Amino acid sequence: MSTYFNEMYQDGAVRLPYSRLEAWMQAMPAELRSLKQAEAEALFRRIGITFAVYGEGGDPDRLIPFDMFPRVFTAAEWAKLERGIKQRARALNAFLADVYARGEIVRAGRIPARLVYRNDAYERAVAGIRPPKGVYSHIVGIDLVRTGPDEFFVLEDNCRTPSGVSYMLENREIMMRMFPDLFRETRIAPVDGYSEALRRTLASVAPPKCDRDPCIVILTPGHFNSAYYEHSFLADLMGVELVEGQDLFVEGECVWMRTTEGPKRVDVIYRRIDDAFLDPLCFRPDSMLGVPGLMDVYRSGGVSICSAPGAGVADDKAVYTFVPDMVRFYLGEEPILQNVPTWQCGREEDLKYVLAHLPELVVKEVHGSGGYGMLVGPRASADQVEAFRDRIIADPGNYIAQPTLALSTVPTFVAEGVAPRHVDLRPYCLVGERIELVPGGLTRVALNAGSLVVNSSQGGGVKDTWVLAE
Amino acid sequence: MLSRTADNLYWIARYMERAETAARLLEVGARITLIPNAGDGYRNEWDALLRAGGTADAFARKYGDPVQRNIESHLFFDQDNPSSVAACLSRARENGRIVRTALTTQVWDALNTAFQELRQLERLPRSELSLSRLTDWTMKHAATVRGAIDATLLRNDGWDFLRLGYALERADNTARLLDVKYFVLLPRVDFVGSGLDNYQWTTLLRAMSSHRAFHWAYGGEVTAAKIAHFLILNPQCPRSLITCVEEVNLHLDRLARGYGRSTSAQTLARGLLAGLAELTVEDIFDEGLHEFLTRHIAEVSALGASVRESYLSGDVR
Repeated sequence: MSTYFNEMYQDGAVRLPYSRLEAWMQAMPAELRSLKQAEAEALFRRIGITFAVYGEGGDPDRLIPFDMFPRVFTAAEWAKLERGIKQRARALNAFLADVYARGEIVRAGRIPARLVYRNDAYERAVAGIRPPKGVYSHIVGIDLVRTGPDEFFVLEDNCRTPSGVSYMLENREIMMRMFPDLFRETRIAPVDGYSEALRRTLASVAPPKCDRDPCIVILTPGHFNSAYYEHSFLADLMGVELVEGQDLFVEGECVWMRTTEGPKRVDVIYRRIDDAFLDPLCFRPDSMLGVPGLMDVYRSGGVSICSAPGAGVADDKAVYTFVPDMVRFYLGEEPILQNVPTWQCGREEDLKYVLAHLPELVVKEVHGSGGYGMLVGPRASADQVEAFRDRIIADPGNYIAQPTLALSTVPTFVAEGVAPRHVDLRPYCLVGERIELVPGGLTRVALNAGSLVVNSSQGGGVKDTWVLAE
Repeated sequence: MLSRTADNLYWIARYMERAETAARLLEVGARITLIPNAGDGYRNEWDALLRAGGTADAFARKYGDPVQRNIESHLFFDQDNPSSVAACLSRARENGRIVRTALTTQVWDALNTAFQELRQLERLPRSELSLSRLTDWTMKHAATVRGAIDATLLRNDGWDFLRLGYALERADNTARLLDVKYFVLLPRVDFVGSGLDNYQWTTLLRAMSSHRAFHWAYGGEVTAAKIAHFLILNPQCPRSLITCVEEVNLHLDRLARGYGRSTSAQTLARGLLAGLAELTVEDIFDEGLHEFLTRHIAEVSALGASVRESYLSGDVR
């Protein structure tokens, strides 16, 4: 275990950003701690920050476990991360604009055509359309892990509709409410500018036909969706309507929403539903969630859709390998953030290596998410490894493999007291007329001892993430 | 505001009022059965109650005989009965979750607390749950939600849709509660005016928490005419039909002013109010109380349909 980078303790000493927290932790007896923990949970329930799980019985409203011990970055650490994240977000958007236009990067032979044009997430229907400001992915969630004081790796990119930002905001609210002293004594950069920045970003990509203050809406699949709380939370913070497909209709090359006073025109749609469901006339004909005719309006510049349909082709796990090349190709810069070395099982020599080293690798499905359909070699039983081997051999192109990373740990409150637990980080980069990043993100923590899986569906929790001001 | 949002707000109110009515029905029924049976004709008062509530057939299919325990299950706990307390509270809360952004924390808290406590009640052994505990519990939460709505919500169109839901539902429910009396009494018309008759009327007043108010307003003997006047035509009574219809008019007028546009709902509501305002108790008894109430329920339902068409359906042009 000593090989993991502990973000608080290094060589037996407390690292600087955590110095105030050491005293805070020492001064908190176990009784007070459980009291505070209960208080936090009551607050979460009260505010309604739950993720809904239907169809499994029991309480449909679950809480993601919240750990009170914050995760801290210094201003200098963050400055570097910020440059790297913004750089990556720019490159991903440049890639999207390119592959839906001339496809220069493919012509230049820097990425195989098959990975782009044969990709399930590549939407032929939007080829040739240039969205406002040329932006496809307006909210880019870049999942990062840390393995050392100065070593950060990008685990994956999320260019469609990354979720979890409501936790970033609420975790902070709750920490400030429960431990005001910590915030008085430590200068922690605020994150509550996020909703305003998001609104600004969405407004900045209003369609060409919009000649007034743009009307922005959030399009949700509905209240049975597990992220419904987040959708309504963001709508509330931005002061925009939260709509379902049935609330919108298309008429005269515009999108309208049904209100009690009659139809009202909609200019920008921040959609939280997948491409396939956006428009039954263009994508899945059986979709009840979307708006018939929406894509026609989009094509004619009558409405903006964020993220733009087709953005998913950039966050595919196979395309991921090429993001550093995108940075070099489009921006002429060296990537600031590194990728995790990745083997593509679709390549013969890579497959050979992966099959020979399965017990030490992490294997993921190219399109998988949520920590499902993945193998963590070192923590899997021999049977599980063999079962997975068969799946890979059956469809190698569907899998990638990465070395098991020594994810950094942050002290975490557990039943026995405080213990190190593995974490990752998802910052939310906003891309519109400008590129903005609030100083913070969602830190997810694997609450089970030794576990490297931070997904909430698999025993993960969340922490407040601090960036110290200069 | 989105039509769907308005629709959800409107239904939160209707469900909350309906939950309260289910509890009140339970209370009426329990009290009526406390008096000794006076003959064969109305042996089963519980049945009368189900008929007035409009769920007698569904009940018979699921439970068979109307005995108190089954009635309690049906009117309080049964999620299959769309008018049960549990079903109404669950749906009001789910509607609240859908339009969380149109509610204040206090209103959400009130809806959510009722729902969470309901889940606890459902887990308790039934022997620990007396009927009065169930009805008191329901009234308390209904009052908390209503109080939170009136104390904390912006007086905007959303508030109007909530209040509209409450008023329309109550206009329907008061009529239905009154009709219980008709169903209980129906088999033996010669009981009209007897001591038993008056006892039943008084029970009805109690169930509507209007017993004391009635005496303050009228004094003296409890008579059918006074009670009918109180619950139908007296604008001081918070549950009377005329009060409900006035309230409906108030909020429809506010909406018409705010939106700068009047609809068929306003026309209907004004007609309904004018009709009630000119009515006397004698008119009602001449027409027949049950006949009058049946007509009233149909008119309120038509008004509800018109509100839906004019504001909530999303087809507004």
